[in-house]
Amino acid sequence: MATSSVYTPAGFNFSNQIRNTFLQERGVPLPKATSTGTTIVGCLFKDGVVLGADTRATEGDIVADKNCEKIHYITDSIRCCGAGTAADTEFTTALISSNMELHGLSTGRKPQVVTAMTMLKQMLFRYQGHVGAALVLGGVDATGPQLFTIHPHGSTDKLPYVTMGSGSLAAMAVFESGWQPNMTRDDALNLVKAAVAAGIFNDLGSGSNIDACIITATHTEMLRNVETPNERVQKERRYVFRRGTTAWKTESVRKLIVNEETTIIGGDAMDTS
Amino acid sequence: MPDMNSLAHPQQHQFNPYTENGGTILAIAGEDFTVIAGDTRQSEGYSIQTRYAPKVFRLTDKAVLAVNGFAADGNMFVKKVRQRLEWYRHAHAKDMPLRAIARLIQTMLYARRFFPFYVYNILGGIEEDGSGAVYSFDPVGSYEREACRAAGAAQSLVQPFLDNQIYFKNQTPAQDTSHPVHLPLHSVLALVIDSFTGATERHIEVGDGLEMYVVLARGNPALQSLQDLPGAEEVTGTQAEERVFVIRRDLKKD
Amino acid sequence: MSIMELNGGSVIAMVGKDCVAIASDLRLGNQALGLSSNFQRIFPVTDRIYVGLPGLGTDVHTLWEKFRFRVNMYTIKEEREIEPETFAHLVSSTLYEHRFGPYFIEPVIAGLAKTPSGGVKPFIAATDLIGCLNFAKDFVVAGTASSKLFGMAEGLWEPDLEPEDLFETISQALMNAVDRDAYSGWGCVVHVITKDKIVTRTLKGRMD
Repeated sequence: MATSSVYTPAGFNFSNQIRNTFLQERGVPLPKATSTGTTIVGCLFKDGVVLGADTRATEGDIVADKNCEKIHYITDSIRCCGAGTAADTEFTTALISSNMELHGLSTGRKPQVVTAMTMLKQMLFRYQGHVGAALVLGGVDATGPQLFTIHPHGSTDKLPYVTMGSGSLAAMAVFESGWQPNMTRDDALNLVKAAVAAGIFNDLGSGSNIDACIITATHTEMLRNVETPNERVQKERRYVFRRGTTAWKTESVRKLIVNEETTIIGGDAMDTS
Repeated sequence: MPDMNSLAHPQQHQFNPYTENGGTILAIAGEDFTVIAGDTRQSEGYSIQTRYAPKVFRLTDKAVLAVNGFAADGNMFVKKVRQRLEWYRHAHAKDMPLRAIARLIQTMLYARRFFPFYVYNILGGIEEDGSGAVYSFDPVGSYEREACRAAGAAQSLVQPFLDNQIYFKNQTPAQDTSHPVHLPLHSVLALVIDSFTGATERHIEVGDGLEMYVVLARGNPALQSLQDLPGAEEVTGTQAEERVFVIRRDLKKD
Repeated sequence: MSIMELNGGSVIAMVGKDCVAIASDLRLGNQALGLSSNFQRIFPVTDRIYVGLPGLGTDVHTLWEKFRFRVNMYTIKEEREIEPETFAHLVSSTLYEHRFGPYFIEPVIAGLAKTPSGGVKPFIAATDLIGCLNFAKDFVVAGTASSKLFGMAEGLWEPDLEPEDLFETISQALMNAVDRDAYSGWGCVVHVITKDKIVTRTLKGRMD
């Protein structure tokens, strides 16, 4: 292993694999990572695409993050909503975002949404579903507004309105009853908000606030916490403790400010006359 | 080919009659009152079955039972307890005392030792000596009298908070003072509400509504303030000296 | 038995007014058997950043040495101290590199970031075992007592606590949570980080 600290290859590191498989064979289940129970949606309208997401991240039945961001940046006019294993959606979109930037630089053109979609599906297919990212990809390019879903195994759909995550059925019910072709920007935003709200209130895996992103040919507007229908109410009382409530045994203080004092030792004062 | 396996190995199919319906219950005993509370959400998996399914039930004018776990078992169990209490009333012309109800619940639960009611029970109310009491049970009838107890989905979130705020655990009192043994009703209600709003924030199965039953002992001075409390509804049965109130609050619905 | 519960241990971090606090228990166990009541799982990264590493005991050491190495390399290359947010991303990338063979650690990071005006801004973050970052504005928790810590912190925490009040709040949250957890406890340590000093205290509590 002398080389490992000098050169580490790119990509995933499997050095713990032997140990972890050993543990697994001993009957130890591998712990589960943070997953985004999630409602994510997207819909096309007259001159662009609107994406929407809730902001709850869960670890089992506990809420790990009440206000996380699930709409990820890909390029200036492409965004991607992520559901599934939270770390996978985060790093997969970041990697593809990075590659899209390089792709844009090397071609000298504004990259297309299908390019991002192809990069994502090829990566997810390569990992055979082990990278657990379920994505809604939307954006506007030279070919017009585009909207895709990408499943963890790498299959894709191209549809005018899409939903994903545990709240997808609740959200799709809203789309199926309310979506129509060539909607205005405001109608589309309201429909997306209603779809995400349906997920937030009817699916336990989704909750808290609504994020939305409106992408048109000329402009991308990220509406972080566009609705906050779940603010915590004021507590009935305060819980500040009297100082000295907690008994402690030892204390050590690490001062960050270094005091410098100059002490003149001996000698006569300088003759200034 | 999965079909090949089924020929090679005998496979046993089984029906599992139990589910878990989420939610949380909690009870706190005061000196001369008891508060028994529960949220009203009933869920299965990631779906909400109903936003209003009571988990707390008035049994008599001095006993309130909260049930949590498998909702069908819970409802059936309350029905059976109520039936036994009615028989007792017909036989003895009085309501069964709280400690007797607690023992009755134990025997009823243990009678089903090998096909249990999948329910965690918390019984709260007023003892014959006029003191507030809480009895908590496991699904097969092991029980104990306590001052406070949380059970259900968010038990692990709420119980340590109660240890800290009701029993003053890990808190050293100020010089020449001591912690109160019993808290007044308004403090207890505040703690119950804050426990549930906190649990609603961090547990996906807790929310929608909160139902708090308050059982007051004879001549409790808090009676007037409770009657004046907006939203508090009196549900006392008959001519009893104990008074039972229910206070309802909204919880977040996400 | 899950690997995350093998050695036990919990960490919590909270934001206060121009200060942050990070605290953990001191237990190292082999399932129900306690081995040590003085196991360090919170480490100083820089003068103003601390990291807590609850999870598998062996990985606490391995990861801490890895972080120490990477932070030193960063300091040498950049000729400046690492900022808390940058360190959080370093932690996250390190863990995600091991996506398919993870370290069984859920790090908690607490620190003070420098603002352009020369002041300090409290920063806390936590990640899961494969590096999914969680930037919270109030508190973050991890370890075997995480659900108890969530309940405590959600009840006790409030904004803009002074360092001394933050110490009380985080200590009470931690102690009452670990007292209800079989795998955490056996002593607690609390670090309160302010602009010009770090106060570290070991708490007096139940040792069972």
